[in-house]
Amino acid sequence: MRRIMVGVKRVVDYNVRVRVRPDNTGVVTEGVKMSINPFDEIALEEALRIKEKGLADEVLAVGIGPADAQQQLRTALAMGADRAVLVQTDASVPPLSVARIFRQLIDKEQPFLVLLGKQAIDDDNGQAPQMLAALWDRPQAVSCSKIEIADGKATVTREVDAGLEVLELDLPAVMSVDLRLNEPRYVKLPDIMKAKKKPLDTLALGDFGLTDASAFKTVRVDPPPQRQKGIMVKDVAELVDALKKKGLV
Amino acid sequence: MSKILIVAEHDGARLNPSTSKCVSCASQIGGGSIDVLVLAADGSAVASQAAEIAGVGKVLVAENAANVEPLAAVLAPQVAKLAAGYTHVFGPSTTFGKDLMPRVAALLGVGQVSDIMAVEGSHAFKRPIYAGNAVLTVEVPADAVVVATVRVASFAAAAQGGNAAIEKVDPGVALPAHTRFVSRSSAATGRPDLQSAARVVAGGRALGSADGFKIIYALADKMGAAVGASRAAVDAGYVANDLQVGQTGKIIAPELYLAIGISGAIQHMTGIKDARTIVAINKDGEAPIFEAADIGLVGDLFAIVPELEKQLGS
Repeated sequence: MRRIMVGVKRVVDYNVRVRVRPDNTGVVTEGVKMSINPFDEIALEEALRIKEKGLADEVLAVGIGPADAQQQLRTALAMGADRAVLVQTDASVPPLSVARIFRQLIDKEQPFLVLLGKQAIDDDNGQAPQMLAALWDRPQAVSCSKIEIADGKATVTREVDAGLEVLELDLPAVMSVDLRLNEPRYVKLPDIMKAKKKPLDTLALGDFGLTDASAFKTVRVDPPPQRQKGIMVKDVAELVDALKKKGLV
Repeated sequence: MSKILIVAEHDGARLNPSTSKCVSCASQIGGGSIDVLVLAADGSAVASQAAEIAGVGKVLVAENAANVEPLAAVLAPQVAKLAAGYTHVFGPSTTFGKDLMPRVAALLGVGQVSDIMAVEGSHAFKRPIYAGNAVLTVEVPADAVVVATVRVASFAAAAQGGNAAIEKVDPGVALPAHTRFVSRSSAATGRPDLQSAARVVAGGRALGSADGFKIIYALADKMGAAVGASRAAVDAGYVANDLQVGQTGKIIAPELYLAIGISGAIQHMTGIKDARTIVAINKDGEAPIFEAADIGLVGDLFAIVPELEKQLGS
């Protein structure tokens, strides 16, 4: 079975303007819309397209999070994933532990490709794909904007500061995806009904026997420093004057 | 006593300014030594540039033909091996460091602090989360190696004038052949580098087309500025991806940022928060960009931008 494993994280929807809790322990998540991390949605879409080209047989969506994360996995199934696994925990799971969980699942599921979002838009860490590739001792391609699979190899284009970089990787490999890789499909109502019958297994975090002595402590969370609201000018001449006063032109 | 190792970013000939900013960050930890590690095929030119950064104790050079391109899978095992004895291992939060450092951390069996924006102690740091809408203060256990990326927009370049010793090192680890470099393409423009430019002129979706974007280039050239763009302008194909500014593009801190036809989505604002002065030009007076702008001008950008270019010339 040629299998692709995809990570699906439940995060605060990207349209929500997050607010820091008054007690500075985190951000307000109660009553806030939750969604699939947008980069993970792109990873899933890419996996589905690879399968639709006949280059894979199964797409497995893996989530790590609370029981409610089943909602995002159901959405993944409705988009077209064949089955899903939720590693259930109410605790916050740091990227190294995420990588260790995926590493264990890889032994069981034997994927030829693991597709993950390049970062989750809550913690903005951008670490799990590279950590997984290290623990698995396999190639990594970060921030992919094009993926081509042929003959046990992948040719990927990735977005780097200098422009675009092309790498050739032996499979299996881990890839993290960027925004311009594809545009994820919309879920149709009949697919949501069908998704209810697809297998969604739940595992307990305890099954993975993780002990992370290097886990970080959250000291506090603060709102960012605010910029002062500036002045409005009415035309170009005033703008040029204002820039000159600041010594900027 | 801290002992800090910084992984140098370079293109084989020139040291990237991001390395000097990592040294600034490291020097705030204080009370220890700072070494820079250059991994290259031929590291002599880059090593001598690194040796000139004030505050650097030693420059370690690991030369290997396999290091000619910065492949994370090839560099990470070397960095992990050479990290022995160090309390901190830093890299820049650029696409180079973001690719490499988590792989190093995993090989060392520790977590990573991404995007350090402030140093609160030898093991405590501030970093942005939720696209910069919150700031997390995080503490690494005292006995763990601190692997981190440094948000380069948060730190000034370290002073020059150093004279560090340069020492060749051989990590002596087996390197994988499973990842191969094919090519790199960049829309080289001859303009200042977006990441380090003092002035940036950026355009958004309102420019309407690649052709419409020409007035941005003209103004930028008049001002000696770099060109940037919003995600919307990149997605629409007006400009190349390497011009994108924001949460998923470049995080920049110029003296002057001109946002032209950019509405100011949260994800864009996170990329320009550290700009000294933000100027917004937009036809929609209600656009969120005006909340953060130091100087705002409402109007038709296709009239304003050429006029601005003209008036700046006189």
